[in-house]
Amino acid sequence: MSEILVLIDHAEGAVKKPTYELLTLARRLGEPSAVFIGPADKASEATEKVKKYGAEKVYVVDDSEIKGYLVAPKAEVLQQLVEKASPDAVLIPSSFEGKEIAGRLAIKIESGLITDAVDVEEGPVTTQSVFAGNYTVKAKVTKGTPVITVKPNSATPEEAEGAAAVEEFAASISDAAKGAKVVASQPRKSTGRPELTDAAIVVSGGRGTGGEFGAIEEFADALGAAVGASRAAVDSGWIPHSFQIGQTGKTVSPQLYIANGISGAIQHRAGMQTSKTIVAVNKDEEAPIFELVDFGVVGDLHKVLPAATEQINERKG
Amino acid sequence: MNIVVCVKYVPDATGDRHFEDDKTVDRVGVDGLLSELDEYAVEQALQIKEKADDPESVEVTALTVGPEQAVDAVRKALQMGADKGVHVLDDAIAGSDAIATSLVLAKAVEKVGSTDLVVCGMSSTDGSMSVVPAMLAERLELPQVTLASVIETQGDQVRIKRDSDSATDVIGATMPLVLSVTDQSGEARYPSFKGIMAAKKKPLDTLSLSDLGVEADQVGLSVAWTEVQETTERPPRTQGEIVTDEDGSGAKALTDFLASKKFI
Ligand SMILES: Cc1cc2nc3c(=O)[nH]c(=O)nc-3n(C[C@H](O)[C@H](O)[C@H](O)COP(=O)(O)OP(=O)(O)OC[C@H]3O[C@@H](n4cnc5c(N)ncnc54)[C@H](O)[C@@H]3O)c2cc1C
Ligand SMILES: Nc1ncnc2c1ncn2[C@@H]1O[C@H](COP(=O)(O)O)[C@@H](O)[C@H]1O
Repeated sequence: MSEILVLIDHAEGAVKKPTYELLTLARRLGEPSAVFIGPADKASEATEKVKKYGAEKVYVVDDSEIKGYLVAPKAEVLQQLVEKASPDAVLIPSSFEGKEIAGRLAIKIESGLITDAVDVEEGPVTTQSVFAGNYTVKAKVTKGTPVITVKPNSATPEEAEGAAAVEEFAASISDAAKGAKVVASQPRKSTGRPELTDAAIVVSGGRGTGGEFGAIEEFADALGAAVGASRAAVDSGWIPHSFQIGQTGKTVSPQLYIANGISGAIQHRAGMQTSKTIVAVNKDEEAPIFELVDFGVVGDLHKVLPAATEQINERKG
Repeated sequence: MNIVVCVKYVPDATGDRHFEDDKTVDRVGVDGLLSELDEYAVEQALQIKEKADDPESVEVTALTVGPEQAVDAVRKALQMGADKGVHVLDDAIAGSDAIATSLVLAKAVEKVGSTDLVVCGMSSTDGSMSVVPAMLAERLELPQVTLASVIETQGDQVRIKRDSDSATDVIGATMPLVLSVTDQSGEARYPSFKGIMAAKKKPLDTLSLSDLGVEADQVGLSVAWTEVQETTERPPRTQGEIVTDEDGSGAKALTDFLASKKFI
C-alpha cells in the first residue's frame, strides 16, 4: 500500500486533535506516514500519540533552523518528502497556515489541490461544503499527488495501533524560503476552555450581548463549551478577533452551536452552518438565525442564559 | 515603488449563488462587484502610498483576472485612488482554478514590472480558498506575509501584525513580497466624487493571455488539476421548535431541549 503523508498539527510537540482525524481518514486511502516538523526533543512525545491512531511511519524534521519562518520552509519539507516517498496523497489540516502550505506545495509539485474538505474517501474523493454551506461538492484531484486540506471535526478519530517507525529526515531549506520571519510573538492567554475549532459545543455571542460576555462564558462553562463571537462583537472590541466565527473568522462544525444575540448574517452562517445541532436565543422572532435552528428561544439573552446556566448546573448536581 | 493590488470580481454574496451546468460558479448571471475583502487590500495599498516619503513616486496598479464585467472591480479600485488598472481578459480563462488563476496573476505582475509589493485580500468572498496569495508568492518566488491586521512599511521593510491560532505575531520581511490583509486592517474608503471623475482618465489596460505569454491550454476548466464530480444543493435546514420566553419558560425549555439531546 502506498504512503499517505499527514502533516502533524501540534504546539511544541503537543499533538492537536485534527491530526487524529486526518490519520483516521488517511487509513482509508493507504498507510499513514505522519510528518512531524518541530523541536527534535519533542518528537518522541508526538510519535507516541500518532502511533495510537495508525501512523505506520513518522518522518521527524527538526525545525531548529526554520522555526519562525512560517509556511515556505514547511512547503519545501513536504515537497522533498513527496519526492522521496511518492505518496498517494498529502493531507494537511485546514488552518490558514495549513492552506498556505498546501497552496505552495501544490505549485511546487504541480499537483491539484483541494481545500477545506469535510470528508475524504477512497479515490481520494473529497467532500466540500461551499457557498456558506448551501452546496455540497464532491471532487477529485486529476493531476499529480493530491494535496488535500481537511477541516477540523471532519472525522471521528478512531484508534488503531500503527508501527510508527521513526525516520529522521534532513530537509534542505533554501534561503528564499526564509524571507519572512516572526520577529515577536505574544502568546494568547489560555481561557481554559476547549479550542474553538475542535470543540464539541460552541456558545457564541453577538451584538445582542451588549458587551456582557460574562453570561455567555458562564453558560459555555456549564456545558463545557468553547466561546465564539460574531464580527459585530469583535468590532465592538468586546472580544478578540481570534474568537470570531464566520467568513473572515473561524469555521466551526461542532455537535452543538448556540448563537446568542446574533442575527445570522450570511457571513456569520458561513462559519457555523454545518454544525450538527443549532440553537439560537434572540429577542427578535424575525431574526434570520431562526431559519437555521433546531431549537430557538425568542427572548432576552440576559434573562434566558443565566437561568439556563443555573438549571444546567443543578441538573449536573 | 510599484504596488500591485489583486482585486477580484465576485458575485454579490447577498444574491443567490449557484453552479452552472459545467459545475463552475455562475459568474455571469448574478450581479457582481469588487470583492469586499479586496477593498481592504486597495485601502492598505493606498495608505502605504500616502504614507511614503514621496507618495508621487509610488504607483498603485489594480489587477484583475476575470470576465468582461470584472473591469468593474478595477474601476472601483481606480475610483478609490489606484493609479492604473490592468484587466486580464481571455475566453480561455473561464473556469480556471486557483492554480491557473495564480499563474495568470503572476505573469501579469511580471508584466507590470519591477513590483515591490503585491497586495491581496484575505480570501475571495466566492471561492474563498485563501490560497491565491500563497500560490502567487510561490510562483513569483517571493516571501509572503499574509493575513495582516496591521501593516507598517519603512523603506523596503515591511512589518505586519497577525493573529495566529495561539498568538499574536509580528512578522517582518523585506520587499519585494506578497502581502495579504484581513478585514481587521481598517475600513476601506468610499470613492469620492472627485475620485470617480478622476478614475475616468486613468490608464486601464486590457491584456490577453498571449500578451502575457500564457498558453490557452495552461488555464481554464479543461486543464484544471481538480475535477468536480457532483454538486448537491443542501436541503434547507428545517426549522425546529421556536418557543417564546415568558417568565423563565425559555430557560426551562432550552435546558430540556439540551438534556433531551444529551448535551447535559
Ligand atoms: C466581507 C465581510 C465579511 C464578514 N465576516 C464576518 C464573519 O466572519 N463573522 C461574522 O459574524 N460576521 C461577519 N460579517 C458581518 C456580518 O455581515 C454581520 O454584520 C454580523 O455578523 C452581525 O453580527 P451580529 O449578528 O452580532 O449583530 P446584529 O446583526 O446587529 O444582530 C444582533 C442580534 O441580537 C439580537 N439581540 C439584541 N439584543 C438582544 C438581547 N438582549 N437578547 C437576545 N437577542 C438580542 C437582535 O435581535 C439581533 O438579531 C462580515 C461582513 C462582511 C461584509
Ligand atoms: N481572479 C482574480 N483576480 C484578481 N485577484 C484575485 C483573483 N482571484 C484571487 N485574487 C486575489 O487573491 C486573494 C485570495 O483569493 P482566494 O485564494 O481565491 O480566496 C483575493 O482576495 C484577491 O486579492
